[in-house]
Amino acid sequence: MAPTPRKTPLHDRHVELGARMVDFAGWEMPVYYVGINEEHRAVRARAGLFDVSHMGQFEITGTGAEGLLRKALASDIDRLEEGQAQYSFLLNAKGGIIDDLIVYKLPNKVWLLVVNAGNIAIDLAHLKSFKHRAATITDVSDVTAMIALQGPVAMELLADIWPKKTPAPETGKPFTIVERVVAGVPSRVAYTGYTGEPGVEIMCAADRAGDLWDGILARREHGVVPSGLGARDTLRLEVGYPLHGHDINPKTTPIEASLGRFVHLGREFMGSDVLDKQAAKGVKRRLVGLKIVDRAIPREGYPILSGGEKIGTITSGTLSPSIDRGIGLGYVAEMFSKPGTVLQVDIRGRLRDAEVVKLPFYKKEA
Amino acid sequence: MPADESYPADLRYHRDHDWVRVAGDEATFGITWHAQDALGEVVFFEPPTVGGRVEADGSYGSLESVKAVSDVIAPLAGTVTAVNDAVVESPELVNEAPYDAGWLIRVKLDDVAAVEALLDAAAYQATL
Repeated sequence: MAPTPRKTPLHDRHVELGARMVDFAGWEMPVYYVGINEEHRAVRARAGLFDVSHMGQFEITGTGAEGLLRKALASDIDRLEEGQAQYSFLLNAKGGIIDDLIVYKLPNKVWLLVVNAGNIAIDLAHLKSFKHRAATITDVSDVTAMIALQGPVAMELLADIWPKKTPAPETGKPFTIVERVVAGVPSRVAYTGYTGEPGVEIMCAADRAGDLWDGILARREHGVVPSGLGARDTLRLEVGYPLHGHDINPKTTPIEASLGRFVHLGREFMGSDVLDKQAAKGVKRRLVGLKIVDRAIPREGYPILSGGEKIGTITSGTLSPSIDRGIGLGYVAEMFSKPGTVLQVDIRGRLRDAEVVKLPFYKKEA
Repeated sequence: MPADESYPADLRYHRDHDWVRVAGDEATFGITWHAQDALGEVVFFEPPTVGGRVEADGSYGSLESVKAVSDVIAPLAGTVTAVNDAVVESPELVNEAPYDAGWLIRVKLDDVAAVEALLDAAAYQATL
């Protein structure tokens, strides 16, 4: 029997808003409130508010914190200034992705990792396996809530609930983090997200999450709508962001996943020897974006073919609300990974032409 | 906007959440309110070919929501006489009006009397 799913501090608000709740990574989460497409479009046009409190947060402190992160992360944390962040990976010895995460360098020699909800226990065990005595790893997931405000009007809305005498929200650069009292709630405001839109992810004490959520939704005049994990998934897929457990997993490396730009080689870290080799000699398969030519939707697990032979598998797919076409990510043999290559996807017994395209699938017109 | 929950008394139902409306020897098929609610926003309908056969309890097409794919099951056997092109164009009709504008196909029935073996609205609702 599956254990009873856990509830975030905002659970009652979701139910009150009429959300359809689903079990996601052991958490009871809103998949949508009104509808996935409507919420997706609201985020692209105005703003969406997401409860992502299921995600995990670890604080790494102590004189050995940096030593641990240099060994455990595939990105070079020595490139970070205080208040900056990187997208990064925890890898196993074979270079496979145990988890993808964001690492933040906070003031006072505190490092913050934000990790996937379903991997919290695995990540903790992995970090502890380095046996770095001078590094303290504190799992603050249970006492931390996280709310994402994403969309073109996010900064405008935020300005209404932002402390005066501090630089305006829109002056924050992507992949930075500041400490602010937002809507009266002491918070860490990270200029990061999973939608391809401008926006922030705000972390606060779990028992203050309701005040923060209500403070943002009180500014409905900006057109912000509560948005669920369904829209979060279609939004991230349109901009080609991978989802761990689907597009990336412990058997795929960042190079195979076409995420090599986030890895800083020439250093020694867990899995680096495998990545060095792959960077030099190439890989057998690559994660690509596929756009279905006809109106049909690729789904996880569907075979990808060329000349009647299976050359790969879809790992995520949906109908893109923004471009109204079936889109998907999938691994294909390296020789078929060039944009412009036409392949086929077996969509329940029918072969549909699919073009390999450069990611993202969707880009806002300037 | 999604429709309110209902199971009209003048329809007959298949346990796999499909309804049928019989007029003479022709029948209209669709999916129930419960089915469209479970599926979520329908974004795609792959219909059968007009003139093709459908078999009772067999799949005759598929409906897809953002998150999932579902086969649609024929409550009765016959030959497809029409496909609802409005749903092919605007699949959300299945959510908005599952028993009216959101019908899926029309079928010339092999055996009109077979409808009697299907569930009535009360019996179907008891299965939910």
